[in-house]
Amino acid sequence: MMGYENQGYEEAHLYASKEQMASIVLADDFSPPSDGSKSFPDDPLSSSQFVDIPTNDTDPLQPSPSKQALNPSPSTIHSILDPPSYAEAVFRSFDFDSVDSGDMNGQDGSALASPSSSSYYLKISVSDPQRELEQSASLVPGGSSYFTYLITTFTNMPEFSGTEFNVRRRFKDVVALSDRLAESYRGYFIPLRPDKSVVESQVMQKNEFVEQRRAALEKYLRRLAAHPVIRKSEELRVFLEASGKMTLVRTTDVASRMLDGAARLPKQLLGGKSLDGGASNMSEVTQPTKGGRDLLRIFKELKQSVANDWGGAKPPIVEDDKEFFEKKAKLQDFEQQLINVSQQAESLVKAQQDIGETMGQLGLAFVKLTKFETEEAIYDSQRACAADMKNVATAAVKASRLYRELNAQTVKHLDKLHEYLGMMLAVNNAFSDRSSAFLTVQTLLSDLSSLHSRIEKLEAASSKIFGGDSSRIRKIEELRETVRVTEEAKTCAIREYERVKENNRNELERLDKERHDDFVNMLKGFIVNQAGYAEKMASVWETVAEETSGYAKK
Amino acid sequence: MITTVNAQQRSGSSPMAQSPRSPSSQAPYLTVSVSDPAKMGNGVQAYISYKVITKSNLPEYDGPEKIVIRRYSDFVWLRDRLFEKYKGVFIPPLPEKSTVEKFRFSAEFIEMRRQALDVFVNRIASHHELRQSDDLRTFLQVDEQTMERARSMEIGIFKKKPADLMQIFKDVQSKVSDVVLGKEKPVDESNPEYEKLKNYIFQLEDHLAEAQKHAYRLVKRHRELGLSLSEFGKAVKLLGDCEGNALGKAFSELGAKSEILSIKLQREAQHLLMNFEEPLKDYVRAVQSIKATIAERANAFRHHCELAETIKFKEIDMNKLRLMRSEKLAEAEREYEELKADGAEATRKFERIVKLMNEEIIRFQEQKTLDLGVAFHEFAKGQAELAKGISEAWQSLLPKLESCSS
Repeated sequence: MMGYENQGYEEAHLYASKEQMASIVLADDFSPPSDGSKSFPDDPLSSSQFVDIPTNDTDPLQPSPSKQALNPSPSTIHSILDPPSYAEAVFRSFDFDSVDSGDMNGQDGSALASPSSSSYYLKISVSDPQRELEQSASLVPGGSSYFTYLITTFTNMPEFSGTEFNVRRRFKDVVALSDRLAESYRGYFIPLRPDKSVVESQVMQKNEFVEQRRAALEKYLRRLAAHPVIRKSEELRVFLEASGKMTLVRTTDVASRMLDGAARLPKQLLGGKSLDGGASNMSEVTQPTKGGRDLLRIFKELKQSVANDWGGAKPPIVEDDKEFFEKKAKLQDFEQQLINVSQQAESLVKAQQDIGETMGQLGLAFVKLTKFETEEAIYDSQRACAADMKNVATAAVKASRLYRELNAQTVKHLDKLHEYLGMMLAVNNAFSDRSSAFLTVQTLLSDLSSLHSRIEKLEAASSKIFGGDSSRIRKIEELRETVRVTEEAKTCAIREYERVKENNRNELERLDKERHDDFVNMLKGFIVNQAGYAEKMASVWETVAEETSGYAKK
Repeated sequence: MITTVNAQQRSGSSPMAQSPRSPSSQAPYLTVSVSDPAKMGNGVQAYISYKVITKSNLPEYDGPEKIVIRRYSDFVWLRDRLFEKYKGVFIPPLPEKSTVEKFRFSAEFIEMRRQALDVFVNRIASHHELRQSDDLRTFLQVDEQTMERARSMEIGIFKKKPADLMQIFKDVQSKVSDVVLGKEKPVDESNPEYEKLKNYIFQLEDHLAEAQKHAYRLVKRHRELGLSLSEFGKAVKLLGDCEGNALGKAFSELGAKSEILSIKLQREAQHLLMNFEEPLKDYVRAVQSIKATIAERANAFRHHCELAETIKFKEIDMNKLRLMRSEKLAEAEREYEELKADGAEATRKFERIVKLMNEEIIRFQEQKTLDLGVAFHEFAKGQAELAKGISEAWQSLLPKLESCSS
């Protein structure tokens, strides 16, 4: 469940202030109007690479192209802004280096930095949503439809059989991919897939919803591609490469997994003939329980976990990994603080946006005042006043634009926090994998101990009968056989548990390292950004202070 | 004589050419300041009193220094008296009466009011006509009881309650705007220059009010930004505690800097309020005061016109009586002469207003340029200093971050 999309942050991009500029025509001393729909060509603040805020339609200082009587205001502001200074150029490159370095899989991609060791790349993009009709909807005329997306991959990784390929996939396929990865990569911090969003798909406009889903899918796949282990997985390869309908289906085949009472778990454990045929059923012990189909196993493990929590007796074994539990506690603390910082970051972004807006409105008010005073001027004092107002107006407008850009950058940097919040969910899943693997071990141990006690009782009873008790002896033989199989299952389960533990451990190490790097970069980016824009604003206002220094109080 | 504000602070004035401290000259001076607000009384009756300090070497004033205690209604009294006596002069505006009870005693409101009252008195003391007023002298000199007596005498005669003033403004506004909009009433000066001026004044008020509104919002935004930056800093610090190593320290530093910057923002918000937003508000009020003068002029004009009408009719009546050799003639002649005197007086009053207004508008424009110039300068200076402080604070963190990079 990816509840942590960029919703709140993205709105900061759409600085849709509804100021009406059409009515404002500044006086004659401004240069003639340029084409209103073009963004200011010389404006260093809009043409730089890393500033990707739309400066066209959403710019309140520019009239929309449809307005008649195009006024000189765009070029007015244009003529007001300075050419790039050296300080600006230096600032730009510094920020570029530190922020956009991990650009392999798209700069909005991974919370985990791209694998630095290899020069292998795996670039994925999702595009071209198209509607297709459901094949099997024969009863209902018209049938239901779904969307497919074009998944384009460029790679030089040896695991893949080509360097460029396209496939079409639907959301159901993504769900299947995600489920298969969860089964195969227990203990790993697997990025979470996008929500199914049933409600949203009904409520939102179709285009919006599809676009949102497309973007989310792209982000998800890029994150998978950035994970050093998962990017090499067979599941991902099949998803990206295999043409035609996707063949990754869930291993559970409802028909063959009939809930026939006692048959279930022993079939898994006994390794006897299975209806599936083929795959060793011992491995099924290593699978997590699948809802609805392993009912008996679920009952047993639930019983075990309840016994662990509430039963008087000590559980068969307890996890003895102090280091792990310490780490886990620390991570929980980290998650809490991360949530907190993320919320405050959102407020900060909002406050920055607000101050920028108000500054812009103040600027506009002074633009109007300037125009008014200039037109109505009778005395020289009025003209002087108008000149002062113009300086203030242009500075305020410039400052407003700087705030807006500052904010767009801030959003990009602080987005890391959101990424890590999403990641914490993956971490929690990995920890759950471990817990459930352990629970399986505990369950099997309980089973073993109860089997042994039954055998003991039977032996005790049959020894009292002179000449032996053939039925009991047979029973004991059966039980011993069950014990043998259960022992094997137990060994398997313990092996699986250790494997999951090992995965946890490796992933934690990786997380620590990458988190450190990511956060250093995030902080640096944030700070450089704030400092840089503050410097620019200082110079804008210093100019006005200079120009009005004649009025200064002595 | 025009006063140059840039040679003085906003509070305090030396209207004469020489500074009061210039050793050789004993040039006449009159300096006033309003300070030390203090809460007096309890409960519903509570009010704020201010110290008004007058320094002067003028013979009419108890020099060299006199301190009196005044309250807001005393200032209102002074303004009303001046308004009555000096028609045509743009009387300096007073800060509004506070309508919200809770706000009335807040430190911010009191300081804003004190500053506005100080500006008010200084403007009067600097104005070549107003400074000579007896009422000003009374206000600056007499003891509190005498002042209170003078104030309460006004009720019923001159005292215009704020509600009345508002009503007058509204009437005038509709009358004047009717004229402006061309819905002609019979009484009209038909003076195109004056029409332009009226137009200008009305529009200026709207423009200034809008600028002031945004300036006030900007003050709030600074406070909000400061607050959210502070909260952000606190949260970041806590996150840093989780990390523990050098990175954790960097987080802590970031948190600490955020706190510092938050304080800077709060301070700038206050500075912005007192030195940018309030001057703008002051000029909105000043323009409203001009509107009141415009109303007075309209009244005077109408009065002058009405009398001219009445005189004409009286003349006709009188001639009729003369022809009829009526015994009422003598009385009529006397009345006629009285009316003519009144008419002359009304005309004289009107013309005086016109003359004063012409001078006043020049003075107003020059004063406005200076006062707003100061406000703009303060605004720009404050913003520049704030931005510089922010930039430096953040930059000081960078070396620590560099050492964190692996």
